[in-house]
Amino acid sequence: MAADKVDPIHQFQITKILPIQVGNLDVSFTNSSLFMAATVIVATAFLVFASSNRSLVPNRWQLVAEMSYSFVANTLRDAAGKAGMQFFPLVFSLFMFVLVANLIGMFPYFFTVTSHIIVTFCLAMLVIGTVVVFGIWKHGFHFFGLFVPKGVPGALVPLVTVIEIISFLSRPISLSVRLFANMLAGHITLKVFAGFVVMLSAAGVTGVVGAILPLAMAVALTALEFLVAFLQAYVFTVLTCMYLNDAIHPGH
Amino acid sequence: MADNAHTTAEVHHEGGHSGTFPPFDSATFGSQILWLAIAFGVFYRLMTKVVLPRLGGILEVRHDTIAGDLEEANRLKAESEAAGAAYEQALAEARRNAQAIAGKTRAELASAVDAKRHAAEAGLAARVGEAEARIAEIKAKALGEVDAIAVETTEAVVASLIGVEVGRDEAAAAVAAVQAK
Repeated sequence: MAADKVDPIHQFQITKILPIQVGNLDVSFTNSSLFMAATVIVATAFLVFASSNRSLVPNRWQLVAEMSYSFVANTLRDAAGKAGMQFFPLVFSLFMFVLVANLIGMFPYFFTVTSHIIVTFCLAMLVIGTVVVFGIWKHGFHFFGLFVPKGVPGALVPLVTVIEIISFLSRPISLSVRLFANMLAGHITLKVFAGFVVMLSAAGVTGVVGAILPLAMAVALTALEFLVAFLQAYVFTVLTCMYLNDAIHPGH
Repeated sequence: MADNAHTTAEVHHEGGHSGTFPPFDSATFGSQILWLAIAFGVFYRLMTKVVLPRLGGILEVRHDTIAGDLEEANRLKAESEAAGAAYEQALAEARRNAQAIAGKTRAELASAVDAKRHAAEAGLAARVGEAEARIAEIKAKALGEVDAIAVETTEAVVASLIGVEVGRDEAAAAVAAVQAK
């Protein structure tokens, strides 16, 4: 079991809690599913509890809930204008889900939902899917004007259009990989340094002294990881807002 | 580290996991996608139905309350300003009224004094006229008596000077002749 503790990859392992098989497809309830449910419950419970007083002058919990509300609302309004507010529930849900999932992952022995590429990719596809469906539904063919920026000299239009299309197609990938890679790398790094502490301290007095440095690193990294957990949720939200802006105003 | 990596590989095999890196293990994708869809779908419903209306309501109520309070404050301010202006106006009016009353009283008094003076003057003038009339009467009477005296004196003078008894009519004629000269 000691080997398990220093294996930095083990924390990403998916284990079945309740095996479910539908046809050929394995849809078991896993530790990942459990922590998704935990994310939903914790985030909802917090927001409901914090807003339960509905007081005019908020207490600190209500203030946190209100701040997250106005924070997302301002971010969305700044990026996509007033018309973007129709996507506010989606953007707010994404922000809270990613943020709470990231923060829950910071607890030792807890699974980080967002450290799996398929989860972040699905969330990114939800955003891009919304952009494309809404853009075409709202603007029809004009939506594809997104790929032909205004003010480009005629000869360069095909080249620029190709670049724009590639850039658009890479959006879900960059959006998902950014979040996934940050969470993954952060947790691996943290685990590696924590592993050094365990390994070195097992090697006698000199080892214990030598373990101080990686311990300090692990502490510092934990602080950094909390920052990253918030920052990546924020970055995901900001980019979502910017992409939604393209769906609302494809002319820009 | 090499030893550690070796152990890791062993653990993977012992645990019966596929050797691939867990996040890239496509065997778990189906389950993750399904449960993510369920979890996020439920979360989205909870946010739209419960949490966001609540938070939005709280913020809106606060916004409305603040706006209402500001409006009320502005209304009260305007009211107090209006009251101040009304007070100033009433004060100015009162001052104006007081001046008018004072002016009127002054004019009334002046006219009353004038009337009394006129009455007094008229009374005085009447009495002066009366007195003058009496003086004239007395003067006329006196003058009439002067004629009689002159006639008598003439009679007496003539009688004593020349010893001739002159008739009263003659003496009167003589006096009138002298007076006529």
